[in-house]
Amino acid sequence: MKFGVVIFPGSNCDHDMIYVLEKIFKQEVVKLWHKDTDLHACDFIVLPGGFSYGDYLRSGAIARFSPIMKEVVKFAQKGGYLMGICNGFQILCETGLLPGALLHNNNQQFICKNVYIRSETTDSLLTKGYPLSKPLKIPIAHGEGRYFAPDDVVKKLNDDDGILFTYCDENGKITPEANPNGSLLNIAGVTNKKRNVFGMMPHPERAADEELHNTDGKNIFSSIIDSF
Amino acid sequence: MIYKAEIDIMPLKALLDPQGKAVSMSMKNIGLPEITQVRIGKHISLKVEAANKQEAHKKVEEACNKLLANQIMESYSFTLEAEK
Repeated sequence: MKFGVVIFPGSNCDHDMIYVLEKIFKQEVVKLWHKDTDLHACDFIVLPGGFSYGDYLRSGAIARFSPIMKEVVKFAQKGGYLMGICNGFQILCETGLLPGALLHNNNQQFICKNVYIRSETTDSLLTKGYPLSKPLKIPIAHGEGRYFAPDDVVKKLNDDDGILFTYCDENGKITPEANPNGSLLNIAGVTNKKRNVFGMMPHPERAADEELHNTDGKNIFSSIIDSF
Repeated sequence: MIYKAEIDIMPLKALLDPQGKAVSMSMKNIGLPEITQVRIGKHISLKVEAANKQEAHKKVEEACNKLLANQIMESYSFTLEAEK
């Protein structure tokens, strides 16, 4: 598989992502600079975490209009696979490719810790490859991760089976205590109706190397690569 | 004509505004418990060149809808004044 990782000014999880895909999963990876307009025939584009354009105005608001994003949006509209992690998820919500928005955490703090998430559907490239509802320990690191969408959008999201991940406890139970940031319905990640665009706040690329003593994130990458 | 726009962007009323809530609570600490329901948004000022006020209004509105505000979470309002 050929992955493209977009690098915006202020991206800071780009190299973690490239490392995991290249060194751990032995995949071909192309770096895509924000000023580029060529996607180099990639099969799967990743918008990494970080603080694109300093998070000025709103997280993801300015990155959305960068030259590469015009091509990325066209790519996704044609059915190309696209995943946004953390800031990448915020960018995808700003572009409208994914429903909803990510607000300031309800405790007004930047939260950096391991949390548990579980997948809510097996009908996606990211979640096909492992048992539904298996809790995965994945770190989060964000100040604006409180998922929100108006009622009608949430209804559509549910009808479309669009909730990918929810925050849960280590036994896979969805509880208010397991919700780190006040996200609606404990939502940690969503997909679109066509199931080719994915967004999630947790960082699987930070949990995919034995050296870090947590490889739960590998489930997600293996699922993508094996089911592509 | 050059017009000056003063834009206010506020979190939607229905949504929790954690910043505003934290500031509300600290009002007690400075001896002003009478002050409540603080909500914090953004103020943006900009200049726009347009043939008339109506056109300027349209351009500022477009800027708000496309970039300056995210209407899933924010509302906006603005005033326009011709520069002398």
